[in-house]
Amino acid sequence: MSDFKGLTEAVIKGDIQTAVAETQTALDAGANLQDILDKGLIAAMDQVGEKFSTGQMFVPQMLRSAKTMQECMKLIKPLFQEDELATKGKVVIGTVRQDLHDIGKNLVAMMMEGAGFAITDLGVDVSPKDFTQKAQEVGADIVAMSALLSTTMPAMRETIEALQEAGIRDKVKVMIGGAPVTENFASEIKADSYAPDAGSAVIAAKKLLSIS
Amino acid sequence: MLVVGEKINTSRKSIAAAVEAQDVDFIREVAREQAEAGAHYIDVNAGTFLDKEVDYLCWLVEIVQNAVDLPLCLDSPNPQALAEAIKHHKGEPMINSISLEKERYEALLPVVTDRPCRVVALCMAETSMPTTVEERVQVGAALINRLTSEGIPVEKIYVDPLVQPVSVDTGMGTAVLGAIDIIMQDFPRVNTICGLSNISFGLPMRKVINRNFLALCMASGLSAAILDPTDEQLMATLLSVEMLLGGDEYCENFIGAYQSGRVSTI
Repeated sequence: MSDFKGLTEAVIKGDIQTAVAETQTALDAGANLQDILDKGLIAAMDQVGEKFSTGQMFVPQMLRSAKTMQECMKLIKPLFQEDELATKGKVVIGTVRQDLHDIGKNLVAMMMEGAGFAITDLGVDVSPKDFTQKAQEVGADIVAMSALLSTTMPAMRETIEALQEAGIRDKVKVMIGGAPVTENFASEIKADSYAPDAGSAVIAAKKLLSIS
Repeated sequence: MLVVGEKINTSRKSIAAAVEAQDVDFIREVAREQAEAGAHYIDVNAGTFLDKEVDYLCWLVEIVQNAVDLPLCLDSPNPQALAEAIKHHKGEPMINSISLEKERYEALLPVVTDRPCRVVALCMAETSMPTTVEERVQVGAALINRLTSEGIPVEKIYVDPLVQPVSVDTGMGTAVLGAIDIIMQDFPRVNTICGLSNISFGLPMRKVINRNFLALCMASGLSAAILDPTDEQLMATLLSVEMLLGGDEYCENFIGAYQSGRVSTI
């Protein structure tokens, strides 16, 4: 583990140059690819998410760390054989129908990706049908929805109903979030989880899939 | 500078609790303190209640207008809630807000043209959120042109340039400032308005950021703001900047606020 300390620190700091160099050094030394990913990059992003949730780090720092990880991934990803890259789970994410706000959703997607989930981002104004189709297509473990308007929150309920009608509600976990969304609303529409911010979303997703 | 007091919003826990408990005295007090602090309009927003929003918003309109002699800013993304609330309002309300999003525009147009009111025109395009100055100006101009062609006087339109967090994109501050500047120049007598807190999302020391952003917006020509008028430091910024921009004859408002103890002196 200590092998990746320099890499982890560089990712937390958002120091792209050092992080990329550390990744290259690890590769040259013949380190296991999955170890570089899990014990170096993902371990760093876990700490970033935690520090963000507790107010020790802020959005621009989180973005910078995520970008640093992405740059390191450019070195690692091509070396993995197809399907060899272990993901924590498949997540289909989007902002619900008629809602165009994407800032919060993007932050959540980025942090989940950093935590090792495979993300399919459907963007904004995503209909219940599109969520359902994509979830079926990729075999999603989690469907994550965002809404920033009180008027578009009902589309979350409709999406859950659409998942039910398609017969895949018991195969996917549903997470919701967004400024007007509450824990109460989540239980009212029978979502599996509510997350108030990007750091908590990662923790909630791991909990839903029983990942430590 | 026109001040819209933002505190009666059910996204705040104390307000949500008071609305649910139908606590008239609490709501009246929050209305009164904002009026005394210098608000010209009192914003009312019950959006978090979803199914009950319409009833609660109408209730708020009645209660607040009983408490203070001010017009209200009826605030909801839900056209139906605005259409009902406006029926309970005495005088000329501000409707917050219309945008280019098709359904919202079509549902609200009859509401805002039916009787005299002021209209917040939010720079949301039909299918996307603007990011650059140009996109904001384009949407703002389209809204101004469409609304004035429907008979709404230009001076009753308040363009909201859509403030987004500078933490996510460091160009978001200048995008708003540039848009305010161009819209105010291109459309004489139109107003611009914005909320402040979005700018500081995801950052520490948010109040400092919000205050300084207000000053910069005002320097770019902003003519109205949705804010907490009981924040004495924020109001000190507002009044001093307005004075520095030549908008306070004999520095009367600034000195008056000091002498009556209404603003922070630090």
